[in-house]
Amino acid sequence: MDKRTRDWITSLAVAALIAIAGYAALFQAPTERTMGLIQRIFYFHVPSAWTGFVAFLIVFIASIGYLLKRTPQWDWLAVSAAELGVAFFTVVLTTGPIWAKPVWGIWWTWDARLTSTFVLWVLYVSYLLLRTLVSDPERRAVVSAVFGIFAFLDVPLVYMSIRWWRTQHPQPVIAGGSGSGLDPLMWRVFLTCWAALLGLMVILLRERYRLESLRHEVAEMTIEVERRVGDAGSLSPGKAIR
Amino acid sequence: MIRNLQSLMVAYLFVWAIFFVYHLTVAQRLARLQDEVKRLKEMLKQV
Repeated sequence: MDKRTRDWITSLAVAALIAIAGYAALFQAPTERTMGLIQRIFYFHVPSAWTGFVAFLIVFIASIGYLLKRTPQWDWLAVSAAELGVAFFTVVLTTGPIWAKPVWGIWWTWDARLTSTFVLWVLYVSYLLLRTLVSDPERRAVVSAVFGIFAFLDVPLVYMSIRWWRTQHPQPVIAGGSGSGLDPLMWRVFLTCWAALLGLMVILLRERYRLESLRHEVAEMTIEVERRVGDAGSLSPGKAIR
Repeated sequence: MIRNLQSLMVAYLFVWAIFFVYHLTVAQRLARLQDEVKRLKEMLKQV
């Protein structure tokens, strides 16, 4: 089986899993007693956050990998995962307020969980902006790797915030100690949704990584064209590239 | 039972809209780069 066919099969499998997850979240999961229908946001809100954490963990590992090995592939992986983490946390920061308004009566509050999550999103948006400010690829990769390691420090803070401080955001229902927990069917639906989003992340990560490798290829080829044109001495590089 | 159905639908719409738009931007950037690679390959054949 060639790579293209394998990619198509993976994409179809993930699309099917997303459809199953959507159906399960809307129709199969039991309705929560106090919040009612709106609680079903949980099935994409929380898995999006967990998938975002996985993406930021990849940034962290790839950043360390780059600093140790200095091979561009680690940098490509880091930036691809950072962009995806931002996308997943955009989902978290959008669905959260839609859930909060009918339940809390407010869209947003600056409690420890919400604030640290917002800071996390800002940190990785800054990571992506920072990359546009440094033109030298090697310098850009080093600066980004250091920033990628630093930014990850906020991830445990976000995770622990509802355990360490009293927050408007609910206390953890998963891994929250005694008194917490999910109905077994809710738990199964939650895991299906998380698997679907992880699958989506893998597909998007593969695509985004390819983009980065193509960028590198274009840069290399442009240098080669400029070199050859320079050697020929007949055309200016600017004209040749245009 | 139907209370908040609209908010739920809006939330789900946002989830998939965000992923769809992101996928679209990546696909567009990829297509642009693939064109660039093709153009540069032809240019390299000529020079």
